[in-house]
Amino acid sequence: MNKARTNPFNNIAMHGALILYTLIALFPVFVILINSFKTRKAIFREPLALPDADSFSLIGYQTVLKQGDFFLYFQNSLIVTVASLFFVLLFGAMAAFALAEYRFKGNTLMGLYLALGIMIPIRIGTVAILEMMVATGLVNTLWALILVYTAQGLPLAVFILSEFMRQVSDDLKNAARVDGLSEYAIFFRLVLPLVRPAMATVAVFNMIPIWNDLWFPLILAPAEETKTLTLGSQVFIGQFVTDWNAVLSALSMAILPVLVLYVIFSRQLIRGLTSGAVK
Amino acid sequence: MTGVTLNKVVKKYGDVQVIHGIDLEIEDGEFCVFVGPSGCGKSTLLRMVAGLEETTDGQIHIGPRDVTRMDPSERGVAMVFQTYALYPHMTVKENMGFGLKMNGHPKAEIESKVGEASRILKLDDYLARKPAALSGGQRQRVAIGRAIVRGPDVFLFDEPLSNLDAELRVEMRVEIARLHKEIGATMIYVTHDQVEAMTLADKIVVLKGGHIAQVGAPMDLYRDPDNKFVGGFIGSPAMNFLEGTVSGGQINVPAIQQTLPAPTSAVDGQSVLVGLRPEHLTLGAGDALKVELTESLGGVSYAHLISQTGETMIVEERGDERSASGASVGLTIAPGKVYVFDAQSEQRLR
Repeated sequence: MNKARTNPFNNIAMHGALILYTLIALFPVFVILINSFKTRKAIFREPLALPDADSFSLIGYQTVLKQGDFFLYFQNSLIVTVASLFFVLLFGAMAAFALAEYRFKGNTLMGLYLALGIMIPIRIGTVAILEMMVATGLVNTLWALILVYTAQGLPLAVFILSEFMRQVSDDLKNAARVDGLSEYAIFFRLVLPLVRPAMATVAVFNMIPIWNDLWFPLILAPAEETKTLTLGSQVFIGQFVTDWNAVLSALSMAILPVLVLYVIFSRQLIRGLTSGAVK
Repeated sequence: MTGVTLNKVVKKYGDVQVIHGIDLEIEDGEFCVFVGPSGCGKSTLLRMVAGLEETTDGQIHIGPRDVTRMDPSERGVAMVFQTYALYPHMTVKENMGFGLKMNGHPKAEIESKVGEASRILKLDDYLARKPAALSGGQRQRVAIGRAIVRGPDVFLFDEPLSNLDAELRVEMRVEIARLHKEIGATMIYVTHDQVEAMTLADKIVVLKGGHIAQVGAPMDLYRDPDNKFVGGFIGSPAMNFLEGTVSGGQINVPAIQQTLPAPTSAVDGQSVLVGLRPEHLTLGAGDALKVELTESLGGVSYAHLISQTGETMIVEERGDERSASGASVGLTIAPGKVYVFDAQSEQRLR
């Protein structure tokens, strides 16, 4: 047994460092949460104080729930995020499997081409994307966002997943071929379960930027019925006056669904790591 | 129950040819072992029979069917891999039944077949475990079980024992032999270990550089090798080769300072290699050779000798008398146990 692992001092130091990091990381979230339950005056007077009997107020949440159709925004964000993730994972994994498994002409070139998207930000093409969406009549639909986010997420997904799929042993796939599985069955029943930790990683990497994005909803789907949560919250931020109660309340609520998704994916991640491949 | 026939089978990777037109007949129910050093093409040949490698030219028949262009699953073969290749996210039971399940067999049939296989392989206690919770030998038994469940015409084994430790290897070797007796199906087995080949095979195919060096029953290859390669490959420790020259119906072998009778096809002045098996030699008085060191294994010991010409050889010793390092010795050769090969072509001279 490694001595460093059992030494209590090391243990304390390790946990101390981790706890410190957790505190730093959670501090902004904590500030948002406590201030969302305070009156406007209290927010400005003592931003770091906990809400007490005097300063406690639900005015922010009331404003948010009254103003606009907040649940619709929630729903839109959720649909866009989940659908985009689904397509990113599905198509990303398929492309990665093809690149990793089959030898064909231009394989490397295709891999490089797909990886190029990691280096070139998709926002550079905003004008062209907008023109395309107008031409296809997809402006102000959730599909516009789903398609754009899928395109945005694919390069990294292909890159990460193809590396992982190369590590799935050839013998395993060959055993499945002898067992009479089709290539699709090998992909869905054998390879996908084995690269589940990588899929969870890709999902987590893609989820946060999609959920938080303001740019594309603002440009492609600003209509009332397709507004996402981030866009919907912007009504409270004015040029001269910002309704901080409402903004903080909206942000607090926006954390919840993404937290749930993260918990789901991270559990997959852990389960994938512990199931482990057999040498 | 069916045999396997290879007809002028060729495999090329781009311009590189690795299998050079192999003809081979494997009888129904036969245990055939492909053996050879690494890189000789034995695994490639097996994978071609399995359908995992495309056959560039020639035909492969399993029974009466031409399977050359068929998918692996249509060929009626099952394969056991060196790395076991068990599905890590499934239990032992699911692993064995997966192939049948994916091909739409009814649940009851899968149950009974898996039960039968697990009984044959004594896996009943492990059915609910994941492969990660099994030892190497158990994993390989599961892999064999998965092959049995499919009820194939031909079993293919690709170095199945190479990942196991020495003791388990012997155990599993016996198990595979027992299995062959019990099931009676045609089996093709690839190994680089000539001991496995000798103990398991009905027929050994010795491969070298993508060609067949010799095909035959184990003892035939041992007693009557066609060329130097087979002579050196079959038998442990390996055959000793000494340089010699033919003159007047005799072979002059300077290393042991003896002349041996030459085979009839040898001509005067021909350079030959004389093959002597360690177990056919006895040490006696003399000063032709010097004992460098001896390896004692208990029942037998191997004396490593060096001649005055600088050639080395190994001699097996039994009994209580063992020679000491540094001693000068002479050599007695059992009558009729001399193999003579041409020095250039390395073919046997008879």
